[in-house]
Amino acid sequence: MNKIINDFSITVGTVNGSGSSTANNTIMRTIFKMGIPVSGKNLFPSNIQGLPTWYTIRANKDGFIAHHEHRDIVIAMNPASFARDLASVIPGGAFFYADDIKQPITRTDIAIYPMPIKTIVRSDPNIPTNFRDLVGNMVYVGVLAQMINLDMDKILSALTFHFKGKQKPIDMNFTALKAGAEWAKANLEKKDPFYVEPMNKTDGMIMTDGNTAAALGTIFGGVQFVGWYPITPATSVAEELNEYLPQLRTREDGKNTYAVVQVEDELAALGMTIGAGWAGLRAMTSTSGPGLSLMTEFAGLAYYAEVPVVIWDVQRIGPSTGLPTRTSQGDLTFAYFIGHGDSQSIILLPGDVYECFEFGWKSFDIAERIQTPVFVLSDLDMGMNQWISKPFQYPDTPLDRGKVLFEKDIEELKGNWGRYLDKDGDGIGYRTFPGNKHPLSSYFTRGTGHDEYAKYSEEASVYMENMDRLKKKQETAKQYVPTPVLHTMKGATAGIIAYGSTEAAVFEAQHQLNTEHGIKTDFLRIRALPFTKEVDAFLAKHDQIFIVEMNRDGQMNQILKTEYAQFASKFKSVAFGDGLPASAKWVREGILTKYESKKVVVKKAAPAKKSAVKKAVAQKTSAKKTLKKAVTGKMVKKANRK
Amino acid sequence: MTETLPMAGATANVNFAGLSKNDYRGAPSTLCQGCGHNSISNQIIGALYEMNIVPENVVKFSGIGCSSKSPTYFLNRSFGFNSLHGRMPSIATGALFADHTLKGIGVSGDGDSASIGMGQFKHVMRRNVNMVYIIENNGVYGLTKGQFSATAERGLELKKQGKNLYLPVDICMEALVSNATFIARSFAGNPKQVKELLKTALAHNGIAVLDIISPCVTFNNQDNAYHSYAWGKDHEQPLHEISYIAPRNEIILEKEMEEGEIREVAMHDGSVVILKNLEKGYDPSNRFEALRVMEEAQQNDWLITGLLYLDDTKPNLTEMYDLVDTPLNRLTEADLRPGRASLDKINASMML
Repeated sequence: MNKIINDFSITVGTVNGSGSSTANNTIMRTIFKMGIPVSGKNLFPSNIQGLPTWYTIRANKDGFIAHHEHRDIVIAMNPASFARDLASVIPGGAFFYADDIKQPITRTDIAIYPMPIKTIVRSDPNIPTNFRDLVGNMVYVGVLAQMINLDMDKILSALTFHFKGKQKPIDMNFTALKAGAEWAKANLEKKDPFYVEPMNKTDGMIMTDGNTAAALGTIFGGVQFVGWYPITPATSVAEELNEYLPQLRTREDGKNTYAVVQVEDELAALGMTIGAGWAGLRAMTSTSGPGLSLMTEFAGLAYYAEVPVVIWDVQRIGPSTGLPTRTSQGDLTFAYFIGHGDSQSIILLPGDVYECFEFGWKSFDIAERIQTPVFVLSDLDMGMNQWISKPFQYPDTPLDRGKVLFEKDIEELKGNWGRYLDKDGDGIGYRTFPGNKHPLSSYFTRGTGHDEYAKYSEEASVYMENMDRLKKKQETAKQYVPTPVLHTMKGATAGIIAYGSTEAAVFEAQHQLNTEHGIKTDFLRIRALPFTKEVDAFLAKHDQIFIVEMNRDGQMNQILKTEYAQFASKFKSVAFGDGLPASAKWVREGILTKYESKKVVVKKAAPAKKSAVKKAVAQKTSAKKTLKKAVTGKMVKKANRK
Repeated sequence: MTETLPMAGATANVNFAGLSKNDYRGAPSTLCQGCGHNSISNQIIGALYEMNIVPENVVKFSGIGCSSKSPTYFLNRSFGFNSLHGRMPSIATGALFADHTLKGIGVSGDGDSASIGMGQFKHVMRRNVNMVYIIENNGVYGLTKGQFSATAERGLELKKQGKNLYLPVDICMEALVSNATFIARSFAGNPKQVKELLKTALAHNGIAVLDIISPCVTFNNQDNAYHSYAWGKDHEQPLHEISYIAPRNEIILEKEMEEGEIREVAMHDGSVVILKNLEKGYDPSNRFEALRVMEEAQQNDWLITGLLYLDDTKPNLTEMYDLVDTPLNRLTEADLRPGRASLDKINASMML
C-alpha cells in the first residue's frame, strides 16, 4: 500500500460536553508542532451536553488547509452518530471506534480499529473514577498517535501548553495517552495508508483563534471600554479581553486603564459603548447577528451623531436564532446599511487571525478618524477555530485619535468652533470630550436634526447639507480603510472576489481550477467597505468575475451590483450557505457551473468532472489524486446530509 | 478669576464658583406654558448655582419625550447627550467611565423610564452610576399627544384612549427593589422641596432617583387625576421637610430617630441634609420602612414625598472598577498601547 503522508483529514465524532476538546486540540497542536500545515474545525451543536459533535482536523503538506468535506480517518466515540460516522469514511480510509459501542460494522472497504478505551482507563489505578470519561478521550489520541506516527515529545508539549504547565493533569492525561499507544502497538495491525512525517512548514508560526486575536488587537489599539452581552460565537472576544487586559493594561498599583462591562442586553452594550466613545474612550462591543439586530437603533444614532465605536461581529448563520454554532457571512448587507433612514457603514473584513489582530487596533484609528461606527465582520470559523498564522505584527503607526480639541485648542480658537463644521473639506468636524474645562468646549449631542453647531434644527436645507456631509465622510474613509489583497496568476482573464475566512478555500480552488481545468484566475480579497479604487481596477480588468461568499443571497454581489452597475453583467455569484466552513469543493464547483469559455464549455458540474478527469490523467499524479478525492468527497457529503 | 473666591452675599449675582445664575441657564424652553418640567429645569439651575457646582463638571443626559427635551433648557455650558427612547441609562453609564470626576444629571419621563426603558432603568440602579436620575412623571405620553404611560393610575380616562385598565408602576418602588442607593419623590408644584431634594441628590455618591410628579398641563390635568396639580396639592404627604446646608457645617448622623425628631443626614461630599421627620420614626436608611411607607401611600392614595431611601455606604460604578486617577479620556498612547516586548511574549506563547 502506498503511504499517504501529511495529506489527510481526521474527524472525531463525540458527545457534546464529554471533554473531547482537550484531546482534539492535542492532536491538532501536535501536528502543528511537527511542522505540518494543519487546521481544526469544531462542528458543534448549540447544546451544553448530549448532542453529537465533530471535530475535523486537516493536515496538508502543501498548505491547503481549508475545510475538507471527505473523511479519511474517522474516530467514533458517540453511539448516536456511530452509523453515520462509519458511513462517512472514504473507501480506503480508517475507522477507529470505542469498542463498548455495540453496533454492526457494515463496511469492508476500510480499515477498522476497535479501541478498548474503557478497559484501558479502568486498568490504570492512577486515574480517579470521576476522571475516567475525560481521560478516556486521551486513549484515542494515544491509539491514533501510534497508528499515524504522531511524535510523543510534541504531544507532551501540546499537553503542557493546554494545561498551562500544570503537572498533575499533564501526567494523568499523558499516562492514559501512552497506555492507548502501547495497547495499539501490541494489538493493532496498520491497514490504512495515512502517516504524518515532520516538516518545517510551521516554523515561526503561531496557532490561535480569531476571537483571541481580535481581543489582543483591540488591546494594542488601546481599547478602554468594552460593553458586551454573551452570544455565541462572539463571547470569547470579551472573555479573552478579560484574560489579557489585566496582564497588559493594569498598572502595578492595581489601577486599570480600561473597563469591561457585561451588560443586560445588546441594546445596552452598544449604548454604553456609544456613551464611552462619545466621551472620548476607545470603545467597542462584540456580538453576533441577533445582537446586531438589537443594536440597530443605536448604530443609527452613532452614525448620525457621529460617535466613534467599534462593533466586532462574529457572524453565525441564519435569520432569527438560526444555527447559533455554525458559520456564515450573512451580516454584510445588514451591517452595511444598518439603521433606518439613509445610512452607510464602514466595514472591515479580516481574512484570517493575523488580520483580526491588525484590524483590532486599526478599527479604532478609523472609527476615531472618521467619527463613525466601524463594523468588523469576522465569523464563527475564523473566530472560534484554531488557525496557524504569522506572528502578530506590532502596530506600525501611532494611535490616530482623529480631530479632537482640548482646552488650549478651544482657547486658541477663542471658542469659535462648531462640532459639525466641515472646516477641512473632508466632511469631518472637530469634537470635544466631557471633562473639558473650557466654558466654550461643550456641545449638545442628539439623534435629532442638528446644524453645524449641534443646535436643534428641522430646516430642510440644514438637514440635507448634513446628510451630504455624512456621505462625504464615507468618501474620505476610502483613504483610511485596508485596501484589498490581490493574487494574480499569469494569463488570467477571470477574476475571483472573496472576503473573510474563505481565503484558504479560494486558494485551493484556484489551484484546482488551474491544474485540473486549465482555468486561470486572479483573486481579489476585499478587506473593507467602502470599496477603494483597487476594486474599480479589478472589475474593469476581468471579463468574468466570480463573487464567492458564505451566504444564500450573494450579499457582496448585491452590493457590488449596486455600486458598480456598469460591470454588473460580468458578475457571477458563487454564494453558498450551509453553516459549514468554506471548502475548495464548493468554490470550485460554484465557479465551474458558471464559468464561460470558448475552449472549455461547462454546462453542468457533473459533465465538467468527466472532461476534467480526462484532462487530469494527462497531468500530474497529485492532481489526479485531488480530483478523485473531490469526487468521492461529494458522495460522502450527500450521505452526510440525509 | 481672582485669587480668592468671592464671598457668598458679597455680590448678589455670583456664587462661590464665581459664576452668575446666567452661567447655569439653557436655551428657552419649547415645552407647553405651565409645564411642570420647566419648573424642574429652573430648580436644577437654582440647585447647581447654590451648590457652586461648575457646569463643566456636569454632563446632562436624556432619552426621548417631553422631559428628555428639557436638558437643553438648563446648563448650556455642560456637555449633553439627548439619546434614544428609554436608553439614556446606558449612554450615561458609558460616558461617565470616560471621566470619573464628572457628575451626571439625567432627565427622563415616565414613558421613557417606566415602559420602553424599564430594563435599562433597573440596571442603572444596580450599577450605582454616579448620577442624578430625574423622572418627570406625568402619567402620560405628551409628545405623541396623550397616551397612557405605565405610571397612569387605573381607571384614568383620556381623550382617544378610553379608560386605563392597568395598575400603575411605582417608580420609587422599582428603584428600591433594584437596589438604588438614593430614592426620593417630589412634586413639581412644590419647588422648594424639589430644589432641596435635587441638592441632596447631587451630593450623593452614586445613583440618586428623583421621581417628580410633573403634571402635563395639556394632556393629563383633570382635577381627579393622580398626576394633576389639583390632586397633587390635595394629596401630597411630605415625609419630612428638608433643607440644604453648605458643606461648612459638619453635622453627624444619629442612628435612631424619634417621633418629631430632626434628623440630619450627612451626604457623601460632606454637606448635610436636615430631615424633619413628620412620621413616626421614619428612617430613610431602612429599606423595610421605605417599602412600607410606599405601600401604605399607594393603599391610601397618598403622594408621599421626601427622601424615601438613602444608602451612602456603597461605592459608585467607576469606584468599583479601580480606574487610574487620571480620567480615562485623558490617557495617552503611552498609557494605552502595551509595549513591543509584551506582544513578542504573546506571540512566543502561541508558538508553543
